[in-house]
Amino acid sequence: MLASILTLGGIGLFAAIALGIAAKKFAVEIDPRELAILEVLPGANCGACGLPGCGGYAKSIVDGSMAPNLCTPGGSETIEKIAHIMGVEAISTDPQVAVVCCQGDNAKASLKYQYLGLEDCNAAQKIADGPKNCPGGCLGLGSCVRACPFDAIEITTEGLAVINREKCTGCQKCIVTCPRSVIKMTPLSITTHVLCNSTDKGALVRKYCQVGCIACQICKKNAPESYQIENFLARVVYEAAEGAEAVVEKCPTKCIRDFSTGYPEGSSFCAVGPVKKPEQAA
Amino acid sequence: MNLKAMDLKTFKGGLHPPDGKEFSAHKAIEICPLPEELIIPLAQHIGAPAEACVEVGALVKKGTLIAKAKGFVSAPIHASTSGEVIAIEPRLHPMGKALPAIVIKPDGEDSWDESLIGANPDELNPDELKALIQAAGIVGMGGATFPTHVKLSPPADKQIDTLILNGVECEPFLTADHRMMLENTEQILDGIDILRKVLGIERAVIGIEANKPDAIEKMTKDAASRNIEVQALEVKYPQGAEKQLIDAITGRQVPSGTLPMEVGVVVQNVGTAAAISDAVRLGRPLVERVITSTGPGIKEPKNMLVRIGTPLQFLVDHCGGLNGEPAKIIMGGPMMGQTQLSLEPPAIRGTSGLLIFRKQDLPRLEAGPCIRCGRCIGACPIHLQPTTIAAYARLDLFDEAAEYHALDCIECGCCTYICPATLPLVQSIRYAKAAIMAKKRTL
Repeated sequence: MLASILTLGGIGLFAAIALGIAAKKFAVEIDPRELAILEVLPGANCGACGLPGCGGYAKSIVDGSMAPNLCTPGGSETIEKIAHIMGVEAISTDPQVAVVCCQGDNAKASLKYQYLGLEDCNAAQKIADGPKNCPGGCLGLGSCVRACPFDAIEITTEGLAVINREKCTGCQKCIVTCPRSVIKMTPLSITTHVLCNSTDKGALVRKYCQVGCIACQICKKNAPESYQIENFLARVVYEAAEGAEAVVEKCPTKCIRDFSTGYPEGSSFCAVGPVKKPEQAA
Repeated sequence: MNLKAMDLKTFKGGLHPPDGKEFSAHKAIEICPLPEELIIPLAQHIGAPAEACVEVGALVKKGTLIAKAKGFVSAPIHASTSGEVIAIEPRLHPMGKALPAIVIKPDGEDSWDESLIGANPDELNPDELKALIQAAGIVGMGGATFPTHVKLSPPADKQIDTLILNGVECEPFLTADHRMMLENTEQILDGIDILRKVLGIERAVIGIEANKPDAIEKMTKDAASRNIEVQALEVKYPQGAEKQLIDAITGRQVPSGTLPMEVGVVVQNVGTAAAISDAVRLGRPLVERVITSTGPGIKEPKNMLVRIGTPLQFLVDHCGGLNGEPAKIIMGGPMMGQTQLSLEPPAIRGTSGLLIFRKQDLPRLEAGPCIRCGRCIGACPIHLQPTTIAAYARLDLFDEAAEYHALDCIECGCCTYICPATLPLVQSIRYAKAAIMAKKRTL
């Protein structure tokens, strides 16, 4: 009885001392700031900062190799917290949101052929440059939906990708996966966008899409500061976007959309209500 | 002719789609008339597209060089009739995109270029013969259009001992090679002699599927005096795929990631052999080919000798027009052919067939979930696991797909054909293959 207690107790004591020494000797020093930063990062491991995960980014901030304001999903709130931990001044960036620059769903844009293959935009794009007649329009097969780590994208019943402005964190994963570059990064504060991605001439666009930009110049004539037309495609000048909203109704093909009044037809996001206004930059 | 099942050789895997050859197998090859314009694309072969060497307005004869080969793995292109070059511009290519093409307006004479003179193959050495084949722009006529001179130039360390002639034509509906073997037997056999001389080998085997007993009989009779074997093969798709054919005839298996020359074999299509005979004996480049224009969507299916560049619409018109509303237009065979957007693109060197189906001829294609039945695995002639690779492709896990040998897939389509859930298996694997190749290039 006594022998067994002593033996087991002895082994226990020896192990405790050995482990104690090992813990001290082989301890990996972690900067407490790194743990603190990891706490405030969103933890989505989305890769928006350029690194595969939040842990790596936290480490890079602490060792000074990366700037503390690269976490777009976290927004200005996270950036401020990181700056506080690091003891530097927050350099807030304007929050960004991804926008699908197309409204030509299956009801409005014509198809070159019926696609029966793998439900994936990248696979469809390989076959005669995609099933749509428009070279830049959304294919609606959902590659971006699968790429989005924040569940912010849906495909409407008519086959068009729509991004929820409240859920989108600006990580750009959808932009990387889209074979037609129809998704663009835009400042969240700008709600008016030209939702077309075709650089074809107006006459050709009319042939294949009811809601494509035909570069008629009406928007530019009514708000010369706010619009720019390049390659037969209008776009809102973000630096002077105040006047952009006023001409939405004047667009003959209705390809300009003000997101503060709602999402494209067929989107379940319609009911979400007013679009989130950006927080004031610190 | 009596073909006993026991004598037929084959490979493991594959399947038996309905062959549809009854539409055109009995029809002799007709010469297709001249269309109003010939659209000759610069990209008609595997490898670098050719480079135009004529100007707009140039007068050309049939067989005049109009585009030079760009590099070794490429092929020159020749005018398919006499006339005037009226444009060099992007035109709709069978690939589904507008690609550069030379447009010729025929003068109606259809006269051959006088500078083209034939040679006696007995007086030429193998290198001279190979140069003639290269200059004539000969490419694999089975549909893959790989430049023939490249196939005939094995590295010095590869010992070739067998030439296999592919007369299998395992794709349903196509009968062009079948008719060639019946009507142009002499030309094919002459081409085989030239090929044997170029490769410096004795053994040549012609592989023919048992559903063409008349072709087997004719070839056997005519080839006997030339010491060329004819091997009847079991009727099974894809019997005519290069590696499956080698397996069936020689019992050798081409290792993963290598070419048939690894096991000492060169495979050529029977149509290619005939084109080689013309190129050497008559000096005539590859400017026309036999095309089967068939399917329930065409009024009068035919086998035709067509000038390269003839628009598909013209072929259809020559076959009595469309038989109802077309729902699917395929260039090549129904299993591996290329679906066309319209009848606007021209017939090119790899066009073995033009198939038109109506809506009622097409199967229902609504994909359901995989039921794990494993039929795709049984049918795969490469012995891959199509369902697993497709699942990885679906999740964009391309490294895993590569581990399951996605790159060995020959895209024969057996898996998609057999799948009871009508899953787009081969399409998924092709997607994975493209992604794996792109990744390899960037590394």
